[in-house]
Amino acid sequence: MSRKQRILLVENATIVAEGLQAIIATMQGFEVVDTEENMEWIFERITVFKPDIIIINPSVIDFSRRMNVKILFQNFPQLPVVALLHNHYERQLLKQFHECIDIEDDKKKIEQKLRALSPQKAPNDEALTSCYELSARETDILIEVAKGLINKEIANKLNISIHTVISHRKNIIKKTGIKSVAGLTVYALLNNLIDENDM
Amino acid sequence: MTSTLFTAKMKMADLILANHNLVLILPRFGIELGFGEKSIEEVCATHQVSLPFFLTVCNIYAYDDYFPTPEQITFNNLQGMLPYLAASHHHYLRERIPHIEHHLQKIAESCAPRQGAILMRFFTEYKDEVAKHFNYEEEVVFPYIEGLWAGKDVDNYVIHQYKETHSNVEEKLEDLTNIIIKYLPSNVLPNEKASVLFDIFRLATDLNKHELIEEKVLIPYVISIEKHGV
Repeated sequence: MSRKQRILLVENATIVAEGLQAIIATMQGFEVVDTEENMEWIFERITVFKPDIIIINPSVIDFSRRMNVKILFQNFPQLPVVALLHNHYERQLLKQFHECIDIEDDKKKIEQKLRALSPQKAPNDEALTSCYELSARETDILIEVAKGLINKEIANKLNISIHTVISHRKNIIKKTGIKSVAGLTVYALLNNLIDENDM
Repeated sequence: MTSTLFTAKMKMADLILANHNLVLILPRFGIELGFGEKSIEEVCATHQVSLPFFLTVCNIYAYDDYFPTPEQITFNNLQGMLPYLAASHHHYLRERIPHIEHHLQKIAESCAPRQGAILMRFFTEYKDEVAKHFNYEEEVVFPYIEGLWAGKDVDNYVIHQYKETHSNVEEKLEDLTNIIIKYLPSNVLPNEKASVLFDIFRLATDLNKHELIEEKVLIPYVISIEKHGV
């Protein structure tokens, strides 16, 4: 990639905007060409700066239009729109975006996400899924936890290291917000991952 | 920050207006609403409530970063602490938790029977755990402290053991909120769910402050009298 990927950032919190800008400045091949605090002149800015990627905090988008981000940017079908998330939004909304950067993502993760976005890439739910939904492996682990197995038993059963089990469990807690084994069992039962006889 | 803390001469009514959560604290001290223009000091005196301890509790509930200094944690300032903590337990177990249980029951009845049963079983487990924890405090920890006060030769139980068993009952309540928010079928009694969530959040905040009082006031105090006497 000879030319730098041009990024337009729409973020109303100065600390976040400048922070992200500083992080992107350290990545090779990316530059933030413009930062906006709101949506007011956004389309003019896009026309002027011709960004390759737009990163946008969903909360700056007028509430009534948030669910129609795709339509909002329909004049720029080639432009990947990335959500910059400070708090949780519903899935339906996040589906509107090509990718989401979470406020807790580290530099490496942000860079990976940005690199994965080639300007032509179409929106897909896969990227979103990787953000919030449990992965297939995490679901496997959760089922075993819900059945009452301890880490060592799970590691043996699934033929993985305890370290891997623990790291999956951390992600499960992060995604579901559920910490107790009893709570995870409720999750598994409500989602029909196990039935009472498994316990 | 100290200038904004509640003090003896303030009007009791202003205390509630400044922080409405304190409405739920008063009954645990045996104080009922309807105190007219009386000051905090006067109301406490009428009800024979220890003023320093009352202020400590109110300040901890109202200000997130407020804790009494080690010098303030003395026998005189902590009069009435154990009855207060027990009254709080009673309030949680007899009023708040049954109230939540009642509403959850309604939600459970509107879910598929299997889902309803799962939800209620989880809540019952939570309730039992809380009851067990409170019971342990009242049967073991509080008598131990009273023993220390009375200068009795208490056996080698030390508060450190309690500190370790101070089980994290908050965790399950948090799990419950996540379950209600995310995983119960969305078409089931939405208003009821919203309202029970508010009750749960309020209980969680309250329990959190309750635990802070135990951890930041009760335990340090007991550690100090274990070392130096009353």
